[in-house]
Amino acid sequence: MSLTDPTTYLTSDLQRAREAAAQRASRRSILVAAASTVVVFGALTLLVTSSPGWPAFRRSFLSLTYAVTAFPLVLEGLLLNLRVMIIAALLIIVISTAIALARTTTSAVLFPIRMLATAYTDIFRGLPLLLVILVLGLGVPALELAHAPTSVVFYGGAALVLTYSAYVAEVLRAGIESIHPTQRMAARALGLSTTGTMRFVVLPQAVRRVTPALLNDLVSLQKDSGLISVLGAVDAIKAAQIVTAKSFNFTPYLVAGLLFVALTIPMTRFTDWLAARSARRQSQGGAM
Amino acid sequence: MSTSTVLSLHRVRKSFGSEVVLCDIDLQVPEHTVTVLIGTSGSGKSTLLRCINLLERLDDGQVILDGEDITAIGVNPDHVRRRIGTVFQHFNLFPHLTVLDNITLAPRRVHRVPRRQAEDRAEALLTRFGLAGKAREYPDRLSGGQQQRVAILRAVATGPRLLLLDEVTSALDPVLVAEVLDLVSELRNEGMTMVVATHEMGFARRVADQVGFLRGGLLAELGPPEQVLTDPSTDHLRQFLGSLRAAGRL
Ligand SMILES: Nc1ncnc2c1ncn2[C@@H]1O[C@H](COP(=O)(O)OP(=O)(O)OP(=O)(O)O)[C@@H](O)[C@H]1O
Ligand SMILES: [Mg+2]
Repeated sequence: MSLTDPTTYLTSDLQRAREAAAQRASRRSILVAAASTVVVFGALTLLVTSSPGWPAFRRSFLSLTYAVTAFPLVLEGLLLNLRVMIIAALLIIVISTAIALARTTTSAVLFPIRMLATAYTDIFRGLPLLLVILVLGLGVPALELAHAPTSVVFYGGAALVLTYSAYVAEVLRAGIESIHPTQRMAARALGLSTTGTMRFVVLPQAVRRVTPALLNDLVSLQKDSGLISVLGAVDAIKAAQIVTAKSFNFTPYLVAGLLFVALTIPMTRFTDWLAARSARRQSQGGAM
Repeated sequence: MSTSTVLSLHRVRKSFGSEVVLCDIDLQVPEHTVTVLIGTSGSGKSTLLRCINLLERLDDGQVILDGEDITAIGVNPDHVRRRIGTVFQHFNLFPHLTVLDNITLAPRRVHRVPRRQAEDRAEALLTRFGLAGKAREYPDRLSGGQQQRVAILRAVATGPRLLLLDEVTSALDPVLVAEVLDLVSELRNEGMTMVVATHEMGFARRVADQVGFLRGGLLAELGPPEQVLTDPSTDHLRQFLGSLRAAGRL
């Protein structure tokens, strides 16, 4: 028997009293949380259902029949949103990386490119997305160019790519600039070129650092993909609108909303988890 | 023992703004020898090392590596640095790469050594220096002494002609200093040519073939350690050594 052997170690009375007290406290706080949840939600439900417009609201927003009719159509529309979102995201990654790199170079030869990249991010971060979608989707086809695409989905997607690339480029640039100069110096001292230093040392660390912010933008892109409906593309929102126009019942909008949320929730949870993990990592690394 | 000269500096000059940090420095480093640079903080030791591997642009003078003027017009600094290993005070390991990937990055991406071959060589180095179990760890899981040893191995993994060490122990706890210095001594015994900036005088005495004392931008004294460290010819060096002795570092 030794003091360091965990199997034979006897907890002191003091420690056991402390553990019992901690357990009592945690039981009490669970009870309080449950009780307050019931009270708050009960009061809210009562407030809403006792309002004078509630019966009418229920009829036009919470109709099960229309929910069932609209569901497959809205779901099909949501597939278009997903497709647009995925293709746009891939293009955004490529374009924004190029812009971020262009903005962080110091080479004199690249001055004009740097200036263009700066102008681009300034303009597209300032323009409302809806405006870009309308200008591209209605304006470009009106020019009647010979080989211009005719699909409104194309123009809606292009607007998303243009706008989001500007945002994502800025996030990436912030990440790149947050990497300590000694990391570059160490890489250069090993004989890596500027390109090699960026590719193997700076960019991987920068991307890791801004991943939570990037995922946040992805969630945002996912729901902004619904804006292409203003051009007439039959996505989830447009599908809901079509059903609503025929039935004068708004339940399809609720269906579309719930589907969008269902789509983004896993992503937001993942983002939170990643942010928490990187915060944990950082605090560990901070000790050195 | 020494045959050829690996590094020679001719009238190297460097200033920051109006502050002349290095003033006409001349230095010869023969093959398989260790040159130790000492001097107060701010005397230009780090600057001199950064001039040697071209991380700093000279104001004037020449740096000759293996007979080639690496400060000549048209020389690609990236190519020069492939032949020089450098270790910094704060390790500067790449935190997103494992120990193994830190060591194999330059061999693979700069010297185009196939992955397997680079990893085998890195594993052999790690094993030899008591770090075999750490190959797959990330740097932040290592002690300071282990991190610095990895940084040194990363610098020698490409088989450099010259190794520059800039105060590689001054960020470490005293107990960790010895393990790093032992590694440096071992490299010396293998014949690695080195230029070392350090405040560890005991270590300097042990490994140095020549000791240079930097002061006021000049290489105020240069000679074998027994002469420079025990019988200094200038008052400044006497004072400097005295202050180190008072601080218990001699
Ligand atoms: N990038 C820089 N810009 C301006 N001044 C600099 C720069 N680097 C170094 N200096 C100056 O050059 C002088 C020499 O600095 P250096 O770092 O070479 O000294 P050191 O001998 O290595 O000192 P330490 O023992 O503290 O490391 C200092 O006065 C410092 O302020
Ligand atoms: Mg220094």
